[in-house]
Amino acid sequence: MSDVQITVDGRSMRAEEGVTVAAALVGARIVALRTSVQGEPRGPLCGMGTCFECRVTIDGVQHQRACMRLVAAGMVVDTRD
Amino acid sequence: MPDRADVIVVGGGVVGAAIAYELTREKQKVLVLERAFVGSGATSAGMGHIVVMDDSDAQLALTKYSRSVLDEMAADMPSACERDVCGTLWVAEDGPQMEEVRAKQRRYAALGVPCEILDTHGLTLAEPNLRRGLAGALRVPGDGVVYPPALARWLMDRAIEGGAELRCGTDVMSIASGVVTTDRGVFTAPNIINATGAFAPLLSPGVEIVPRKGHLVITDRYATFCHHQLVELGYLASAHTMNTESVAFNVQPRRTGQLLIGSSRELAGWDASINRSLVQRMLERAVEFMPRLAQLSVIRTWTGFRPATHNKLPFISRLDRDGLWIAAGHEGLGITTALGSARLLTDLILGREPCMDPAPFAL
Repeated sequence: MSDVQITVDGRSMRAEEGVTVAAALVGARIVALRTSVQGEPRGPLCGMGTCFECRVTIDGVQHQRACMRLVAAGMVVDTRD
Repeated sequence: MPDRADVIVVGGGVVGAAIAYELTREKQKVLVLERAFVGSGATSAGMGHIVVMDDSDAQLALTKYSRSVLDEMAADMPSACERDVCGTLWVAEDGPQMEEVRAKQRRYAALGVPCEILDTHGLTLAEPNLRRGLAGALRVPGDGVVYPPALARWLMDRAIEGGAELRCGTDVMSIASGVVTTDRGVFTAPNIINATGAFAPLLSPGVEIVPRKGHLVITDRYATFCHHQLVELGYLASAHTMNTESVAFNVQPRRTGQLLIGSSRELAGWDASINRSLVQRMLERAVEFMPRLAQLSVIRTWTGFRPATHNKLPFISRLDRDGLWIAAGHEGLGITTALGSARLLTDLILGREPCMDPAPFAL
């Protein structure tokens, strides 16, 4: 596995290609991946695609489960939508 | 329990809750009997579109009046009701439908319902996610959205504050003059109201109300995807084809950013299972109007049963025996028309000058 460049919330960072986006974000100490209807932070819980708590925007597509997507070179991730 | 109820309301949906609220305001002692919990039937299955509709003069009068009552109460409404005066856009696909838009505009304007015609460009500006080339729309800015079970709960809570009593988990077996028989005993009152929606014929045989099944789909949150309740002008035609399945484009933005997508109509008895081919047609119709909908993710689909009558008007009326009344059959408009129905029925029960002509709603 090799490190690739991805963009998270507008900032460039390195991440290991082929790990899940959720793992890459948590590894970078980014644990609040979205905001609930009531405005509370939410992050990865089940890590296997069931709980939908880790949804982020990936390459412009909203509500992607970070735990079900693998890091790829040039990926643009946003946790603020 | 009130020492003795003046009125027993059978059914704690939005209509029963509104009636309990209105009668309590008139110092009547009200007992509400509900089989499950407040708003557990058609109330929580619907969209909660608050809309002035003009299928008939009576429907126009009832929806317009009811909307104005909701507006008066809005300042007190808790945020849980998710009221949003987002307006309705009646979307026209072509020239002939645009003629209908103009006729609709004249009918609404004649009754003092504010509205404006959008041309094709104006429609694109108002809702960029609609497909290009639509003819235009009628915008009714005073229409809106509420979260129906929360509205029913709030109305019921206000009735209870005013002295009404609510008994949930009470299955009503029969009603007769002055007497309601339930699985938890017999209750008596001079006036008894059947407000059980599509179940009304079970307690009042001969009343012609049938369950008219519908599907709704809700998406994940996509804030700003659309801004108005969007309804195709052909919706009324869909609502009219009683004996066949029909779908119509009907999309609603929720306060949460979610979108509700409807609508379907079919007669399927009480079969609540999802009719997948009909849902497919419904979504295809929606995507015809809003192509980008196809990219959104759906989180849940459910069904509900509109209490449908032959003429699209509810029965708000005396039944054939002394002290028996009915307020049922609101089809897909119960959230909009509950409060107006409640006022009219309260006027009839108290023998007052009615707030609108009761004749079209008579049994």
